[in-house]
Amino acid sequence: MDTSPDSSRRDFLRTLFAGLTAFFVGGFGKARGGESKDSRHGKPIRPGEHRWGMVIDLDKCTGCGACVVACSAENNQMLGSPEEAAMGRIIRWLKILPMEEGEYPAVRQTLLPMPCQQCDDPPCTKVCPVYATFLNNEGIVGQVYARCIGCRYCLNACPYTCKFFNWRKPVWPEEMQGSFNPDVSLRPKGVVEKCLFCHHRLQRAKEEAAAEKRPLREGDYQPACAEVCPAKAIVFGDLNNRDSDVLSLSADSRAFHLLEELGTEPKVTYLKEGAG
Amino acid sequence: MRKRSWTFYVQALGLAGFYLFALTANGWFLWRAWKLYQLGDAWVPALVLGTLLGPIFLLFSWILSLLFFKIVLRKREAVIRPAPLGINPSEEIIVEPVLGQPSKGFLLATVALASVGLWALVALGWQLYYGLGVTGLNTPVFWGFYITNFVFFIGISHAGTLISAILRIVKAEWRRPITRSAEVITVLVLFFGAGNILLDLGRPDRALNVFLQGRLQSPLLWDVCSITTYLTASTLYLYLPLIPDIALLRDRAKGWKGKFYELLSLGWGGTHEEREVLERCISIMAIVVIPVAISVHTVVSWVFSMTVQPMWHSTIFGPYFVVGAIFSGIAALIIAMAILRRVYHLENYLRPIHFENLGILLLVMSCLWLYFTIAEYLTTWYGGEPEHMRIFYSKLTGNYSIPFWTMVVTCFVIPFFILASPLGKKVYGTVLSSIPVCIGMWLERFLIVVPTLVRPRLPYATGTYTPSWVELSLFAGCLAVFALLYALFTRIFPIISIWEVREGKERAEEEVVARIRTYFPT
Repeated sequence: MDTSPDSSRRDFLRTLFAGLTAFFVGGFGKARGGESKDSRHGKPIRPGEHRWGMVIDLDKCTGCGACVVACSAENNQMLGSPEEAAMGRIIRWLKILPMEEGEYPAVRQTLLPMPCQQCDDPPCTKVCPVYATFLNNEGIVGQVYARCIGCRYCLNACPYTCKFFNWRKPVWPEEMQGSFNPDVSLRPKGVVEKCLFCHHRLQRAKEEAAAEKRPLREGDYQPACAEVCPAKAIVFGDLNNRDSDVLSLSADSRAFHLLEELGTEPKVTYLKEGAG
Repeated sequence: MRKRSWTFYVQALGLAGFYLFALTANGWFLWRAWKLYQLGDAWVPALVLGTLLGPIFLLFSWILSLLFFKIVLRKREAVIRPAPLGINPSEEIIVEPVLGQPSKGFLLATVALASVGLWALVALGWQLYYGLGVTGLNTPVFWGFYITNFVFFIGISHAGTLISAILRIVKAEWRRPITRSAEVITVLVLFFGAGNILLDLGRPDRALNVFLQGRLQSPLLWDVCSITTYLTASTLYLYLPLIPDIALLRDRAKGWKGKFYELLSLGWGGTHEEREVLERCISIMAIVVIPVAISVHTVVSWVFSMTVQPMWHSTIFGPYFVVGAIFSGIAALIIAMAILRRVYHLENYLRPIHFENLGILLLVMSCLWLYFTIAEYLTTWYGGEPEHMRIFYSKLTGNYSIPFWTMVVTCFVIPFFILASPLGKKVYGTVLSSIPVCIGMWLERFLIVVPTLVRPRLPYATGTYTPSWVELSLFAGCLAVFALLYALFTRIFPIISIWEVREGKERAEEEVVARIRTYFPT
């Protein structure tokens, strides 16, 4: 065994430099380069660590809009007036977007249900000046309504246009006052909001699991859109769970991501139409 | 201990206040770096920015200390009560607006501008009460008039400090009568630039979160830091050459104005030693202000180019914005000078040669602007990526073709052909080319901000944008209040640097001759 002082010094320097490099590289932000994306590449997954993801099968989607309605009701989204709709100010965290493919005479229209893509390297969180939007350790891009200053930089940085701004104080018809979801806060005017994968449901599921003294199980937590989809086109689950449907489906040969070339690494995966 | 006048204590307090400000600025970067490190967020940007900007604030403190210890607290008894400084008869016309009674036209203009300002206040109240819904903004056009105005006003602010600093450093003697009017534009217009960001916030009540929770990795924070530095630097840079002129006024003015000038003049006596100190401070500031000014418009452009949005994500944006800023700044300066010359009868001071020289600078910037515009659009077009091309064609042939081609005509065609012709030697020729430049540069900012947002990457989220009356009123209000403040400044301080012009008349000739002699073999 080589125990000369020279080699131990070399070892020491090597460790020092590696440590310093890691320290400074870390200081440039979490989502930079391969090393720091721990849950995704390389590093082993610690038990109990989740990474929530969604698969939307466009073959199964009928475009019925149940997910949009469920999402709006679940998350206390304002109804909005026709005038606001004409101005493009309606807030729907989940939209069904018509996508045209091809040119005449071979035109095809596809419907694309679009929630926040929950990127692993989100362009929106990078630019937030006040830490009002962030990537949490379960992979959900969060939004802190009480801290947001309403500069709308994150909305402009998002290539998917998946975040929304409260242009005015939200209002609801008198009859709806009693039917708010008590788990979801009402947003004040002037702040940004977005799809959070029904984060309140995750919290409730965790509390229930804790009360029953058991770990959170696959299926304990489903966002409203996945729960109501009559065609079972939306599959939701833990991408860290090797047995989950969402993991096997997102490795399907039909799987694709929106604007994959931008390197945002969305956790919403689409399955291309045309399987049957 | 000799008895000090009240001005001494206020000046000492001011200096102490600035020390505190400079220390807070430095400490703030460290505090943010520590907080961000605790959060697991990017903390290196806080240290990098702190390392770059922190020392600049310490340098400003040092300059103010020089003023305080070398001028306010100067030792020699003979100059403690300096002899009153005189104003030559030929200079009376410069101090006339300051010491004389305002004319009827001035009062009328003040009332007109103030009423536009009040109307804008109504619009502002409306927006604060109802939220940003009263604007024409929508999904996906999240930014519109306010951000356009922000970029435009910050661009105009490059008039002063940058032009005056460059001219001072290259010892262009013709700068002497024009530097002051340029520097005032910078300081005043910066407030409107920063103010438009506040107008754009959905929650202006939480604007302080930028300091309390600031993440230095966000380009918006780069703006905050850079503009704060620039505002401090340009205010100091405006104030330093004002000191000898304030001293002239101190010895003439009576009442509260006299007291005000006494406070600001720092007991200036006009001795040789004082002059040396002041000139040293001015030359340091002239050098510091240039990189700060360039950084300001560079980081303004980075707000856009750091995103991945088509036709924003461009490496050319930094220099492109800086060039555009200097371009619109010179144009604004020419317009301001022409008005001053006309209203205050300063034909003898602001002479056609000044306009001609500024016109040449404007012509150069116009060509540079065209060069950058072609570089930007040609590379986009040649690459031909579909997302970029949608925006490209919306500007060249689509919805935004009218503003686009107006911009090309006003930023290049009109100024180029006027300034390259004999008209460029005339005062009205330079003014005629400056007005379109200001309009064209506003359009350029608009065309950068809006068309990209109207057509985002995913093709189905397209939008439209028409500004509402609130946005138009607030834009008009900004312009009017800026003009009003500028007019008020000319009533409080001389808009032409008296001592610098005097020095130029008395000493520059010999200096220039001596300097030219050194260029050639003996």
